[in-house]
Amino acid sequence: MTTPHSLQFNSDHQLQHLLSIEGLDQRLLTEIMDNAESFASLANQPVKKYPILRGKTVVNLFFENSTRTRTTFELAAKRLSADVINMNIATSATSKGESLLDTIRNLEAMHVDMFVIRHALSGAAHFIAQHVAPGISVINAGDGNHAHPTQALLDMFTIRRHKNDFSSLRIAIIGDILHSRVARSQIQALSILGAKEIRVIAPKTLLPIEVNALGVSVSHTLEEGLQDIDVVIMLRLQKERMSGALLPSESEYFNCFGLTQEKLAIAKPDAIVMHPGPINRGVEISSEVADGPQSVILQQVSYGIAIRMAIMSLIMQTPGRHHT
Amino acid sequence: MTAVLITGGRIIDPANAIDKVGDLFIKNNRIISLFDRPNDFTAVQTINAKDHIVCPGLIDLSAHLREPGQTQKATILSETTAALKSGITTLCCPPDTHPINDTPAVTEFILDKVEHANAATVLPIGALTQGLEGTKLSAMAALHKAGCIGFSNAHNPIKNTLVLRRTLEYAASHNLCVIIRPEDPWLQDQGCVHEGIPASRFGLPGIPKASEIIAIQQSLALCELTGCRIHFSQLSCSESVNLLKAAKHKQLPVSADVAIHQLFFTENELNTFDSALHVRPPFRTETDKQALLDGLKGGVIDAVCSAHQPHDADAKLGAFPSTQPGISALETLLPLILKLIETKALSLSQGISWVTQNPASILALKQGSLTTGSPADICIFNPELTWTVNENNWLSQGRNTPLWGQTIKGKATQIIKSGQVFSS
Repeated sequence: MTTPHSLQFNSDHQLQHLLSIEGLDQRLLTEIMDNAESFASLANQPVKKYPILRGKTVVNLFFENSTRTRTTFELAAKRLSADVINMNIATSATSKGESLLDTIRNLEAMHVDMFVIRHALSGAAHFIAQHVAPGISVINAGDGNHAHPTQALLDMFTIRRHKNDFSSLRIAIIGDILHSRVARSQIQALSILGAKEIRVIAPKTLLPIEVNALGVSVSHTLEEGLQDIDVVIMLRLQKERMSGALLPSESEYFNCFGLTQEKLAIAKPDAIVMHPGPINRGVEISSEVADGPQSVILQQVSYGIAIRMAIMSLIMQTPGRHHT
Repeated sequence: MTAVLITGGRIIDPANAIDKVGDLFIKNNRIISLFDRPNDFTAVQTINAKDHIVCPGLIDLSAHLREPGQTQKATILSETTAALKSGITTLCCPPDTHPINDTPAVTEFILDKVEHANAATVLPIGALTQGLEGTKLSAMAALHKAGCIGFSNAHNPIKNTLVLRRTLEYAASHNLCVIIRPEDPWLQDQGCVHEGIPASRFGLPGIPKASEIIAIQQSLALCELTGCRIHFSQLSCSESVNLLKAAKHKQLPVSADVAIHQLFFTENELNTFDSALHVRPPFRTETDKQALLDGLKGGVIDAVCSAHQPHDADAKLGAFPSTQPGISALETLLPLILKLIETKALSLSQGISWVTQNPASILALKQGSLTTGSPADICIFNPELTWTVNENNWLSQGRNTPLWGQTIKGKATQIIKSGQVFSS
């Protein structure tokens, strides 16, 4: 039987698709981060290209809007010398009634090597990976509330650059955990890397049921939850959560769960502040903190390119992936 | 009229507490004798049932046929044939067809197609409210006269409790059974799996148990108020079993069934995002699965249904939440009942009662037993015959089953309906 774990690997146990952090091991996560280190240094070179994916075609297939993720995937692929096509599905055939599978089949017929997929529904990337031709790889750039593995990896990379050893770290993830694919992937990555404690801080309306089973501790206040924290990860709060009876108002949310300089002072003095973006200033985070000395939010964005280069090159260099 | 002799089979008739090898005699479409040959009996057709089990034809309380309206998924001909050849001689079809079965004309259309199909008997379930909209009562008396056996709002729970109360009062006035698939429309929301740890892990929208619990509690309170006969369809939670147990203890006129696949799968199988496992109500926990089985064994749950929902391939191709719920389950009902009997060390007689005598008594049907004089609806099956679920053996137009490709045991070999003999 196919499991999400086995689907990501080919018969030689090498990474064929990146769909979820679940099923990856510490060695692989470390290898990806190590490779990202060498790509990160490339950013300072006058010529920013490697020929690793020369002659390959990467399709960014975004069924949901995104600026940051799509752009960094595009830059990553281009810096590896791939040909890149961006498909914004709001303007494509799906809005004319074409099914997800038909869209994939049509693009496959154009001899694509890799799909980078973002979709509003959990499981979409798995579905596509199960149905693409054997030689094609799929990278999940976010599916519903399920997973966003490249974001989690760039976050781990950012943490590692600042904090080194995961086993001594207490990390707090704050905000809408329930609807966050980023949080789910971060929790899995931090567990695999052996973090000392992963804490989620949110009202119950924004927490998945039995969230402890994911390997986290739970707090409902910043005052309690930020104690002894080394890394603070803020999540974006979607405005539509206000209308769905999940929260009373933006101001009440900010008063309870918004990260201000005063609240941040509860965490360790050298705590770093992260956010996957785009940020809502004055909703989940104050400008003072977002732009302050402890914030590493913009570094996350630039590391995103290096991490995605590392993942794409790892997957595309998997031997035996061309026996179609 | 033909006279049929079924000889040498193990005759199991839970309604009459019979489990004995012997002969069964059919004449004029009726069972005329068990074990003892009537004096003037001359068989026109003899069926050797040695090493086979002879039991009443199965009765399925919920099987979607998709016609009228969704013949790309299935037709009355395809599904009643699949049912009959799997040993199911009688089935009830929910009203959520297109058009909805809320007028006698639709009921008559269905029954006309059924007659032409000459396969399983179909007892349509009429819509409880017009258009299943939950606002106006349907013409239950006229629908009953046209052939509807009971009334249900299918998977469209009635939001307005006053309307629900009125439907129950009205049904009770005509002595009609109301079938409720208990779901709270608000808590149900956009859920597609059980709200548990796998749902949290995979970021899939969950349906809490409270959705079913609240709906049952609400219906039970209204059952007490109105005295209406209520059958709860396709229970999924341990708490529901407890509620039913208490209601039966209070002697409320209630009964319940469980879908066969609820006794085999749990939320833990969801980790493949396999749309074949997308069902409604969702697969819940191991504890719930066990409680449902215990409820059946203890008689709190009366019957097992197939909850057959055939789909076209496209309905199951997509990201899990976008796929349509349901399993094509007619043909695996008997093998799975047999598997349950084998793995849980149950008696054949008890297992067979869940799909014969018990559903018959819920709907006060004359079928479901081998009582002398009753209609000759009989299933003869080989409990040891193994077969593979694949395109060579499958009859339903819907191939959406998580058992596709698997080898299972037990198959109906001859089926008799109203005295007419069919081979599978």
